[in-house]
Amino acid sequence: MSETNNKFEAGIESNALQAPQRVVFITPKTSAQVKEKADRQLMSYPHLMLRELIAFEVLTGVLVIVALVWDAPLEQLANPLLTPNPAKAPWYFLGLQELLHYFPPLVAGIIIPGLVVLALVVIPYFNVNIKGEPLWAADRSRRFLILIVSVGLLLIFLGLYRAWTVLVPTVAIAGLTIVSFLRLKRPYRLITFLQTRPLSWWVMTWFIAVALTLTVVGTFFRGPGWSWVWPWR
Amino acid sequence: MTTEAILNRLRATRAWRSIFRRGPARTNRTRSLAIFGNVFLHLLPVKVREQSLRVRATYYLGTISFFMFVVLTLTGILLMFYYHPAVPQAYLDMKDLRFVVSNGVFLRNMHRVAAHIMVIAVFWHMFHVFYRGGYRPPHEFNWAIGVVLLLLTLLLSYTGYLLPWDQLAFWAITVGTNILSSAPIAGPQLRYLLLGGNVVDENALLRFYVLHCVILPLLAALLIGVHFWRIRKDGGLTVGESNERDKQ
Repeated sequence: MSETNNKFEAGIESNALQAPQRVVFITPKTSAQVKEKADRQLMSYPHLMLRELIAFEVLTGVLVIVALVWDAPLEQLANPLLTPNPAKAPWYFLGLQELLHYFPPLVAGIIIPGLVVLALVVIPYFNVNIKGEPLWAADRSRRFLILIVSVGLLLIFLGLYRAWTVLVPTVAIAGLTIVSFLRLKRPYRLITFLQTRPLSWWVMTWFIAVALTLTVVGTFFRGPGWSWVWPWR
Repeated sequence: MTTEAILNRLRATRAWRSIFRRGPARTNRTRSLAIFGNVFLHLLPVKVREQSLRVRATYYLGTISFFMFVVLTLTGILLMFYYHPAVPQAYLDMKDLRFVVSNGVFLRNMHRVAAHIMVIAVFWHMFHVFYRGGYRPPHEFNWAIGVVLLLLTLLLSYTGYLLPWDQLAFWAITVGTNILSSAPIAGPQLRYLLLGGNVVDENALLRFYVLHCVILPLLAALLIGVHFWRIRKDGGLTVGESNERDKQ
């Protein structure tokens, strides 16, 4: 029995009566975990179990205190004839509802969340930049050009739709990326930190910044007719 | 007699040994047996890296998510004793929880608080794992399971949102399911399937109730089991990586 691959060929014994042999293949582009030193290991019982138990007790304590102090909301009986203004989804969907304010339902409600979920599942399978090299480690000027053009196009698109609550966090993160591109001396730890971040870090941070802004705005800053309101007024 | 002596006596009894299949966990062998001799604990690895136990390695976010799921299951079962998925009885049951049932308010508050914390913890857990590179091979399938668990968490929370049948619940579900009808090809049909009708009414309440109390929790419990087991199979948590890079 042999399995053929263009990289290697290996014969695998399938006789169950013989002692099993383990063969390790390290396929290209995967991260073989090379250990410089062996990590110290502890027995799960009791070291992990004890910590989990303590975590559970602390959490239960916190939960009980919050449940005693704060009351779950309960409004009037549901009335299909009386629409509240604005009608809001649960808080974790208010980012989407804020998007719906700018883009058509198909785009904001289906395509964008669908693509986000698809990207989250699929990306680990592409083995992009497995070493986690900093964005500006190589090919600096070309990458900078790509960044400026793609962010510029995105900003024009967002501007045309007047999607300010997406545009502002995008500008903020793009600004930080440009700061990390400049060959600044490193007096601050933040700049050192930013300069060593890979592309995946920037994309995820941008995504979180946008999602967080949308959710906070949708939750606290939107009133009747989805108009802008200040929560303290 | 000291507590230890009592425990030792208990551990020596025939009943104890027949259940746990081992003596006191004083050697590494019996400590290993404590994990892989137990049908639930054997999902976990027998040994863990010292680094992965540090609070900064995980902030216990996965643990928090799982414990919230446990608390939600327990409080949810208790709430089911006082709840009828019918209009308007569902809303009257909420009133009963507040004014009639002993500790009813506390029970509902626990369920609500734990639900919010679970959603936050699961999101945070995902972002934290991402920043530590925990999605990289050989963890990519477990990452995918995690994404499905995030969706299940959101669906669980969302289906539970309708159950009190107050204005907040009714209109949140109306807004949310209207988005679904804009899906291409079969949007309105999907919405009809979810609601059991064209508007949010008694049928929708019943469907959300069954999804919330039976289908989604079972799916989530199943995938949580696989998620834990895969941590062991994939060689433990990803640790230390981002710290090493920070030092450079």
